Amino acid sequence: MSRASAVVAVGQTYHSARRLDVSIPEMVREAVDRCLASKELTFASIDAVVVGNMELFEGINMPEQWMVAALGGAGKPIYKLNTGGTVGASVAVMCDYLVRSGLHDVVMGIGYEKQSEGETQSAITTVGDPVWERSVMAGAIGNFAVMASTYVRMSGVTPEQAAKVAVKARRNACLNPFAHLKIPDLTVEEVVSSRVLAEPVRLLDMCPQSDGACAVVFAAEELAPKLTRRPAWVVATATAHDQQYMGDSPARLAEMRSLQAASEVAYAKAGITDPLRDLDVAEIYEPATYAELAMYENLRFCGKGEGGKLIDQGVTEIDGPLPVNPSGGVLATNPVGATALIRVAEAALQVMGEAGDHQIRGANTALATGYGGNAWTEIVILRGDL
Amino acid sequence: MSEETLRLEYQANFEYRYAAGRHGSRFMTALRDHCQLLGTRCSVCQRVLVPPRPICGICAAPTNEWVEVGPTGTITGYTVVETPFIDPMTGVQRPIPYGFAFIRLTGADTNLYHFLQENRHDRLSVGMKVEAVFKPDGERVGSLSDIIHFRSVEE
Repeated sequence: MSRASAVVAVGQTYHSARRLDVSIPEMVREAVDRCLASKELTFASIDAVVVGNMELFEGINMPEQWMVAALGGAGKPIYKLNTGGTVGASVAVMCDYLVRSGLHDVVMGIGYEKQSEGETQSAITTVGDPVWERSVMAGAIGNFAVMASTYVRMSGVTPEQAAKVAVKARRNACLNPFAHLKIPDLTVEEVVSSRVLAEPVRLLDMCPQSDGACAVVFAAEELAPKLTRRPAWVVATATAHDQQYMGDSPARLAEMRSLQAASEVAYAKAGITDPLRDLDVAEIYEPATYAELAMYENLRFCGKGEGGKLIDQGVTEIDGPLPVNPSGGVLATNPVGATALIRVAEAALQVMGEAGDHQIRGANTALATGYGGNAWTEIVILRGDL
Repeated sequence: MSEETLRLEYQANFEYRYAAGRHGSRFMTALRDHCQLLGTRCSVCQRVLVPPRPICGICAAPTNEWVEVGPTGTITGYTVVETPFIDPMTGVQRPIPYGFAFIRLTGADTNLYHFLQENRHDRLSVGMKVEAVFKPDGERVGSLSDIIHFRSVEE
């Protein structure tokens, strides 16, 4: 017998390039305390903890045993995940499974990363197959740039259209007190003339590296309404992986097979036929501007090759018909192990009506996505009513 | 409490030795000894997969034939990396700029990541024909790095 689960509380740290003021456990505890305090929860209310990050970024193996006090995990089950950039959303999906299955009533999911403490761009190459891929990898940026070149070729998207995504993200971030990279008056011209990292990706096209943590509490059907005024019910989750090697997909960004597969499963579960009409807000995992435009197409917000047109028409702006990443998204805040959980947290804040200055009025159905590893996708759809 | 916040330095040097496996070893020895590039064909969808592997990821079916591919191919995605990057294989910064691409080797249905000789963005394009440039005899060790890079083929 399965039962419904809902997000009832969210907390995150102030994210920045270097949180030199706190150790990793202190940083995690900051998110956990803010999450608990938001709904008058205590550790006694939490039955189990799920935690995720990228261990090699900080070089700390089995971090869950070492930060047990920060997690409030003593005497409780702690589950540790690592699915790359997706991990925060994998944490959310696992929390939902644990509650929905009846195994635990109230579960806290936590994601964190302190990118300032390690050599992230080199550490990320350890996700590559050591025999076939590592000797020729170029970090996340080179990888995205190669994918973007294929997408540009297939869609005709222009640098100016990509730049509009960068402008939107950093402007929206100004409305989010926790966001890292806030640039209120950024222009398309500034983005397209920023330093080239790897053609066609420029500095302002790419997500930053952040320090930060996020905590989200999921509760069972019978408890959720007692813990918060308006729970964000999990109406669908879906997970899909792609193939083994980076080069196995015919056109990685243009044809995101795992994103297509997982979103169609989730849309069907949630009764969504026209995502542009049926969703009120989306928080998607867009590591680069070009990726956001490609994701519009793969999520069916628009037709093939129309991602650039969608941003030109302002459809995904904070005051548009389907706001995408009103929080500022990954282009504004990227503590990798927390990043995908922040997508779920921000989607929940919208549905709970607690998003503050970046609240989308009347948001009832929200989509969150995680993207990472070798084209792994997680989808979570939240709704204000069951 | 003190207002001062400290950071502690830590450096580690771990050594790893990865088995290339049966399929990897056959590919690498053919590359080392004969400058030959090999893929495996899926017994169901008939796609030729590079890197060669025992199971097709899409069909979950065994591959049942070795096929020679390349050394020519087509660029299906590319970039010129201009940002400093510590090469995890050497621990030092890779010289920039450098060209980097997905290459569809002739006869293969998947893409191989590798370096390009060309490092000027305006001289590269999706669909461009390239060929592998191998290290000379005696210098190949049985590694993907036995291919120095891919260079454009004059047509």
